Amino acid sequence: MVESTNQLKALVAPMELRRGPQAPYQRGLGGLTDHLTAMPEGKTPLWWWILFLPAAFCAAVVLPSMLTYLISTGVGVWGNNVPVAWGWDIINFVWWVGVAHAGTLISAMLFLTRQHWRAAIGRAAEAMTVFAVMCAGLYPAVHVGRVWFAWWLFPIPLTTGMWPQFRSPLMWDVFAVNTYLIVSSLFWYMGLIPDLALLRDRAKTRVRKFLYGLFALGWTGSARQWHHYEKAYLVLSGLATLLVFTVSSIVGMDFATSQLAGWHETIFPFYFVAGAVFCGFGMVLVLLIPLRKWCHLEDIITLRHIDRVCKMTLMMGCVMGYIYVMEYFIAWYSGSPYDAWVFGHRLFGHYYWFGGWIMIGVNALLPQLFWLKKVRQNLPLIFIIAVLINIGMWFERFTIIVGSLYQDFLPSSWHPFYPTWVDACTFLGTLGVFFTMYLLFVRFLPMIAVSEVKAITPQADPHHPLGGAKGGHP
Amino acid sequence: MNGTAYGLVAEFDSPAAVLRAAEKVRDAGYRRWDVFSPFPVHGLDKVMGFKNSLVGWFALVFGGATFIGCMLMIWYMNGYDYPILTGGKPMFSPPQALVPSYILLVLMSAVGAFVGMIVLNRFPRLYHPLFKHNRFALVSRDKFFLVIETSDPKFSETETRVLLESAGSTHIELAME
Repeated sequence: MVESTNQLKALVAPMELRRGPQAPYQRGLGGLTDHLTAMPEGKTPLWWWILFLPAAFCAAVVLPSMLTYLISTGVGVWGNNVPVAWGWDIINFVWWVGVAHAGTLISAMLFLTRQHWRAAIGRAAEAMTVFAVMCAGLYPAVHVGRVWFAWWLFPIPLTTGMWPQFRSPLMWDVFAVNTYLIVSSLFWYMGLIPDLALLRDRAKTRVRKFLYGLFALGWTGSARQWHHYEKAYLVLSGLATLLVFTVSSIVGMDFATSQLAGWHETIFPFYFVAGAVFCGFGMVLVLLIPLRKWCHLEDIITLRHIDRVCKMTLMMGCVMGYIYVMEYFIAWYSGSPYDAWVFGHRLFGHYYWFGGWIMIGVNALLPQLFWLKKVRQNLPLIFIIAVLINIGMWFERFTIIVGSLYQDFLPSSWHPFYPTWVDACTFLGTLGVFFTMYLLFVRFLPMIAVSEVKAITPQADPHHPLGGAKGGHP
Repeated sequence: MNGTAYGLVAEFDSPAAVLRAAEKVRDAGYRRWDVFSPFPVHGLDKVMGFKNSLVGWFALVFGGATFIGCMLMIWYMNGYDYPILTGGKPMFSPPQALVPSYILLVLMSAVGAFVGMIVLNRFPRLYHPLFKHNRFALVSRDKFFLVIETSDPKFSETETRVLLESAGSTHIELAME
């Protein structure tokens, strides 16, 4: 017996190799709850108003006026024209879908792979997904031109007797984006139910009690409810993980199935998924670095979380670098003069040569700074890199779309692309929608999944002394 | 107190305590009882003898039916009712219809899982007798409750109370309907 205990002791990992706690446990479950509900229950802080008012102005005034102008006049108010028939609308669509992807990857894929640290940032990332997909979905809906016929995209019996053409990836987009919006909203809302019940139980006013209670659906936290809930959460994570790989693949196929040099590439579905996740990680960092400070969540979203997101950003940056190299290699190896032309002009072209340099410099080279631990712990620097990554990924889409379209096969149809002020204001409007929604979410809902974070504390483990276990080892 | 009693509510301070109590209640042969906690407690499923949740079947049936339905729909629309010849390809072939069918499979499976969770938990149920119980609001904070309903055939206010006390409950109270 003594011998076996000694053997067991020998098996215990040395101190420096043991894992730290996944969540802070000095406070206990009650203290943790008070801390995490402070933002939705407290007074509105000043910084919130300073950010919210301009964002709400863009969302409530700028965007509706731009859309009214666009729909009443025509798509010509944008810079789109032949040969560049896809301009900022599709660039921004792809960019927003990309921003969304990292949220699903963090909340669903890291759940399936049992990365418990994701509990602290999963909710915030998933909210980012839902709001980004809303902004993304707006663009294809309004860029069709005659918006009042957009319902023809759905398979509804018409008097013309015609049906949608299901061979077209543009058709698949309609289904993919709507599916993504519905599934990520369901996933996000389901995760919220136990926390809505928490806010209901703590509510001081009747209005709050009624509203939180209504959306909590009558959650009591019984073992039977948790049993079905956990299963549903697992199934939804599996399905949302599928969407991480499919939605941007389908967006990539919109391009890849065309005949255009610079678009007609088999790597595109993977390319778009990688770019989407990469861009989304940038947005996660942009949102979380200020919010963890302003909402006093430094010990919930710790430097270790930021460090891990930085490492994943680094990995995706390397994947982007690989894809860029591969694109150039294939452009040369294919022997197609059109491909060689497009890719040569991405770096040394007539109008948009800067796009290629920004793309390679920001997306492939800049993240290499994350190899250094000092950079991964320097929050202002990470924030700047993350903002640049978002800008870099926007220019990547610009380079792919405009850079390939404006000089296609026939020199007689070449024409440069210039965006208009309507393009810029529409984009500003969608940014306003995103940040308005996000700020409302941070203010009125728990941006940290309280029940999930509690579940990974030692106090929640019935086999841990802090969880009440008798004679267990720490 | 007026009205009929709903059950005995026993409060616990830690997940291990409520897990041990659940084992005792199960061994004592009670049937209509439940445990309430701020997060899922590990091992409770086994103690309470839950079988695999049916939520997965909801997802499978919703998703599978949608996949088959969507394949048939595309065949009907593009291959039969209004055939469109594009590039000399067959009027209908499964790979052509795969992507929209697959995407809708994901959509409806997710809806199925959500609906399954709602139906199996009988949501929305905005009223519950325990909501009237003063201390029960702490269930979403840091307390754990074990409730034995009065409708349990073995229920007896005195004996059940003794059992819950011996299981280490810090606070026991009768909740009204």
